[in-house]
Amino acid sequence: MCNPILQVDVIIPTQTKYLDLIGSIGEHIAKDLDHFSGDREALAYHLNLVLTEATTNAIKHTPPNPKDTVRISIHIKDNELNIKVYDHGLGFDLEAVSLPDLNQPKENGMGLYFIRTLMDSVTYTKQTDGNVLEITKRL
Amino acid sequence: MNSTLEKMKGYNIISVKEERIDAHNSGDLKAYILHLIELGETQLIIDLEKVRFIDSSGLGALLTGYKHAAAKSGKLSLVGCNQQVLAMFELTRLNRVFEIYSDLNEAIETEA
Repeated sequence: MCNPILQVDVIIPTQTKYLDLIGSIGEHIAKDLDHFSGDREALAYHLNLVLTEATTNAIKHTPPNPKDTVRISIHIKDNELNIKVYDHGLGFDLEAVSLPDLNQPKENGMGLYFIRTLMDSVTYTKQTDGNVLEITKRL
Repeated sequence: MNSTLEKMKGYNIISVKEERIDAHNSGDLKAYILHLIELGETQLIIDLEKVRFIDSSGLGALLTGYKHAAAKSGKLSLVGCNQQVLAMFELTRLNRVFEIYSDLNEAIETEA
């Protein structure tokens, strides 16, 4: 059985106080899925986390500007969850970000590790009018 | 960052009164922990009972506190982690770094 098509688009200022809102949307979506046989509580936490980390990342890479925004698009179709986070910042090279050494834990660098570990795929594309971090997960 | 500080048997117990620790408030938590350590209060227990969500920046703040406390021969331990929060420490293997106790009594009895 497939989950029905769902599309949520949110545009927020580049301020961390909106992380709760974005994370909560992910949590609600997980809890309201019609068809999901896995651990729903864990999925809710993971979507909250991944959206929080991806949005934090977008805010961090955007120079401070009160007019700037981050757009987050969440789409479910054919039991595939797709998250796109658009920013207008300087961008970064996803391939150059190595996995953290968990035996030598550091304060930074765990956000992308969570996204890569908990989701099925992640790409980051630099475009002329901004950048997009795209994450997918099979439900 | 809403939190309370209580002293018990030589330990400084910081109870976090937020449901979320993320990039919006983790900087405050880190600054507060480091401030206490600067003041010579290096025996710290962080009570996370109210916390139902922690992200990488929150884990990073606690890890920074742990390292600073350890550098001054102190210790930073955790209590009251719910299942999902605990899973984050396991995913990052930080459960092998921190002493994690179920509650304050266990933490104080074990550490004493």
